Amino acid sequence: MSAIAFWGAVELGLVYGFVALGVFLAFRILDFPDLTVDGSFPLGAAVAAVALTAGWNPWLACFIAALGGAACGLVTAFLNVRFGILNLLASILTMIALFSVNLRIMGRPNMAVLNRDTVITPFYDLGLPDHLVRPLVLAVLIIIAVLLLARFLGSDFGLAMRAAGANPRMARANGVDVGRQIYVGMGLSNALTGLAGALFAQVSGFADVTSGVGTIVVGLASVIVGETLFRSRAMLIALAACVIGSVIYRIAVQLALSADLLYLKPSDLNLVTAVLVALALILPRLRAGRRVAR
Amino acid sequence: MRKILLLAAASLALATAASAQTVKVSVTAIVEHPALDAVRDGVRDGLGEAGYKEGENLEFTYESAQGNTATAAQIAREFVGDNPDVIVPISTPSAQAVAAATRDIPVVFTAVTDPVSAGLAKSNEEPGGNVTGVSDLSPISDHVALIKELVPDAESIGFVYNPGEANSVVLLDLFKKAAEEQGLSVVEAPANKSADVQAAARSAVGKVQALYVPTDNTIVSALESLIGVAEENDIPLVSGDTDSVERGTLASVGFNYYQVGKETAEVVVRVLKGENPGTIPVTFASGTDLVVNRKAAEAMGVDLPQAVLDRASKVIE
Repeated sequence: MSAIAFWGAVELGLVYGFVALGVFLAFRILDFPDLTVDGSFPLGAAVAAVALTAGWNPWLACFIAALGGAACGLVTAFLNVRFGILNLLASILTMIALFSVNLRIMGRPNMAVLNRDTVITPFYDLGLPDHLVRPLVLAVLIIIAVLLLARFLGSDFGLAMRAAGANPRMARANGVDVGRQIYVGMGLSNALTGLAGALFAQVSGFADVTSGVGTIVVGLASVIVGETLFRSRAMLIALAACVIGSVIYRIAVQLALSADLLYLKPSDLNLVTAVLVALALILPRLRAGRRVAR
Repeated sequence: MRKILLLAAASLALATAASAQTVKVSVTAIVEHPALDAVRDGVRDGLGEAGYKEGENLEFTYESAQGNTATAAQIAREFVGDNPDVIVPISTPSAQAVAAATRDIPVVFTAVTDPVSAGLAKSNEEPGGNVTGVSDLSPISDHVALIKELVPDAESIGFVYNPGEANSVVLLDLFKKAAEEQGLSVVEAPANKSADVQAAARSAVGKVQALYVPTDNTIVSALESLIGVAEENDIPLVSGDTDSVERGTLASVGFNYYQVGKETAEVVVRVLKGENPGTIPVTFASGTDLVVNRKAAEAMGVDLPQAVLDRASKVIE
């Protein structure tokens, strides 16, 4: 693996780190299996692409993309809280609707962001090589996000959210408005995913309606890989673990891409990725099992 | 230890000596399916004919993103890290990912329908930057004319496509324009994924006298289910690419993707010889191959006009 390929994997891992944080919020904190992300990720990309093409400030484009993502999460939460539609189903409904919405936003299935000013552009003047600048800027952004989220989840409101996810009945008995917690949590989760989509479009040069497929799988894999490597009750470490999990996932994909030594064909990529992620999941459990057996 | 180091140094020296004459061409596609695979093989064989032979003086690598745009971005970065002489991305998203990843390494895209709206070229005459390539824009009005010739009493044509594919939407607009000019109307049959193709085709049954499938990755990968609907209902099915005729569509006029690959190889060779890609105009894939499938004609209830048979460069029995 070359340095450029490695740092490219880190860069995408950091972009998808925002997805991992969102999935962690929905899946781990709220216990809400949320497929909305498969739609809010390309939505963020689409919104950013349209905004950048219209000549808007790239930071503003990111902000609007995050707002758009939040709106998607709120729709899912609304279907679930207000009408009692099963959480998984509610999120699937939003996801499939978003495919059409995304086509509307862009007016076509694919939009170029090549040759546009992005949030990274001003930092190219730092004098570092391009392939280092991108992960560096993204790392700063995600560290800020992790710190803010940890702060939020440690606040009274955040603790109430954790209670609402861990034991809704008990939380309700203690005066927590569980419905409101789901709205806020899902909005925040998908805002992070929308932001990830916006950043993806900016570092990869395009927004494409198909780019959402499998986002939830990537997010979940990152969360689980992170959890397996760093077992901790401290929220800050748990959040950082999601981001690190996402970076490791991308490095695994990169390894699968360059694994032509082992008689592997390009068509084996998905299989190899799945095996690598499965190994990351199984190994700690095997170790733990041996400890128990002893 | 010292011996190993020496050996390593020697082999490194050998490797650099060999690489002085070896050119490195890296090819990537968004997904694997027969047409895109044919482009890849065409590029390899075209380079071979120009004297760049794999295993001798050509290092040819190929990666497929398996339909995943994030993987496409990773492949692009991996290629840039390997620093090849030319990168050849097949299809629009792959080309955009590669173009975003490098401003130095020459890029020769291929199988991109509209390079300008994809942001790859400033103009088709002078793409600018480090990028040029080959467009696979179908000869759409020839296709409409062919449908008219095969189905003289046709009034409307069903257009089966994935609204999520950039190329197909461009083709739909062109197709509508061409059909209107020739006095025909178009019924859209959209399918978002390959599992929906059959239902989409059925939705057009009864409304159209002919079906048309453009060069759409989703539909072409589920072509057999579309052919099934056409044969069941005796509706002639014309395709945008000639490869699909061998799989069972009635006819097509145009290029085959193997040929597109070879035309791409010609551009790659120009770049390898030192031309600046930014000043090489975008090539539009050419070819006037008319391919007809006699078996499909029988199954779809079409009497092939003698004029078409006489003109055909290939008749599949």
